[in-house]
Amino acid sequence: MTISKTVAALTAVAALTALAAFAATPSKKMPANSSGVVSISLPGDLGFAFKPGPGSNLANSLCLSCHSEAYVATQPPFNKAAWTAEIVKMRNVYGAKISDDQVAPLADYLTSNYGTP
Amino acid sequence: MLHSSRRDFLAATAAAAAGFTPLAADAAKIVKGVFANGDRPLVAFPQKRPLMVLTPRPPQLETPFEIFDDGVLTPNDAFFVRWHLAGIPTTVDAAKHRIKVGGLVDHPLSLSLADLKKYEAVEVLAVNQCSGNSRGFFTPRVPGGEWQNGAMGNARWKGARLQDILAKAGVGAGAKQVQFHGLEGPVFPETPAFRKSLDVGMATSNPDIIVAYEMNGAPMPLLNGYPVRLIVPGWFATYWVKMLSEITVLDHVDDNFWMKTAYRIPATPNASVAPTDKGYATVPINKMVVRSFITNLKDGATLKAGNHIVRGIAFDGGSGIHAVQLSTDGGTTWTSTPLEADYGPYSFRRWHAYIALQSGTQLTLACRAQANDGSMQVVTPIWNPSGYQRSSIETYKVSVA
Repeated sequence: MTISKTVAALTAVAALTALAAFAATPSKKMPANSSGVVSISLPGDLGFAFKPGPGSNLANSLCLSCHSEAYVATQPPFNKAAWTAEIVKMRNVYGAKISDDQVAPLADYLTSNYGTP
Repeated sequence: MLHSSRRDFLAATAAAAAGFTPLAADAAKIVKGVFANGDRPLVAFPQKRPLMVLTPRPPQLETPFEIFDDGVLTPNDAFFVRWHLAGIPTTVDAAKHRIKVGGLVDHPLSLSLADLKKYEAVEVLAVNQCSGNSRGFFTPRVPGGEWQNGAMGNARWKGARLQDILAKAGVGAGAKQVQFHGLEGPVFPETPAFRKSLDVGMATSNPDIIVAYEMNGAPMPLLNGYPVRLIVPGWFATYWVKMLSEITVLDHVDDNFWMKTAYRIPATPNASVAPTDKGYATVPINKMVVRSFITNLKDGATLKAGNHIVRGIAFDGGSGIHAVQLSTDGGTTWTSTPLEADYGPYSFRRWHAYIALQSGTQLTLACRAQANDGSMQVVTPIWNPSGYQRSSIETYKVSVA
């Protein structure tokens, strides 16, 4: 038996309705026969967005390709050296498309908005 | 008496978190942080009840701690979620899903779920805990997923033994490790694919490692790895590969990024170093370390005078819990607590104790567990740069009204 189970998109506009809908469909109601199609819609970034200001264009274009702003906002308030290390790790380890001349201004933006001097 | 503390425990304000737009904040309650930048909105993702959102993309969702007081098993819709990469399949057809078994084997296999269910089915209750659970409490703080203590859960997993699958495939001479890979994918091709490996001896001889297709009697939520997930009881969750699609027998020790560089701990006592230490040897993170928690009150609670029950959980890396002790004087004196039902060495073990509280006093509760292998929790927290395997004794300040 193939059972298609599509869960509605959690958009910001429909968030309240969607929250109720998800809460009412716990996994125990899924088919015991696991030969089914399961399809979900992920909620995107839930309204998490980089703070506006000088350098935010860099953060928007370079960081958001792989993760939401929340990944930055939930970090401890790092200093510039620690933010620089994170930026370099994102580029060297995970392949983020960050050029040499973008590292310092992006670190400045993150330190100013999400860090400590 | 307990109800007041429980209400307190469940308290969550609707205050907006930084970086969270008003529209979304209106739709979600916030669990207040216990460390800097620790506020977490409660949002229900597909197949989940509202959980604490660390990051929505890729999803990292923490189980609110009071849920661990509800029972020994963590419900599927409350189970924590952690993905590394944003390329997560959002549609999975279990009928078409295959697990390819290859590499250094005599008979490569392509297993459907129906094939998997032809193997003897086994069940195990086991704790799945993120390597970085409790990372937010590290001092000094370290980068990563900034979890409180809820990046863990205990479930009844059902599936086929890995050793039976490998026996069918026939592991070739000279095999060193067995590598696991799932459907999780990166955004950029340069991002290392998520692959984890176990030594071949462990993979072929440990009968408790299973390829699971059921979690608490139901198919697992997609965000927990539907349709099949590797279960490595006693070991940290990094090895429990979700949406398992490839099992590859290697003739070498895996040198991919997720084994050689990431998820490594200092090869020092308790995996602890000083923040200034450099150049120490590291090993891949492996077995979990013994921990215990109180589940029915939180640090900073106010209780009424009188008699109270204190409930909690304990677990370790698979030897089982020998004893849990409770202190009401901040760890100076300890009293053994009765352990509740034993669901096997990999499960949460519940315990409880009764305490009498006098009006107007303040005290610090602490719990410590000792495992059957002799290991015991200690007071001093460890530190390592990745924020892995925190396990020190938890303390809970309580004011008596």
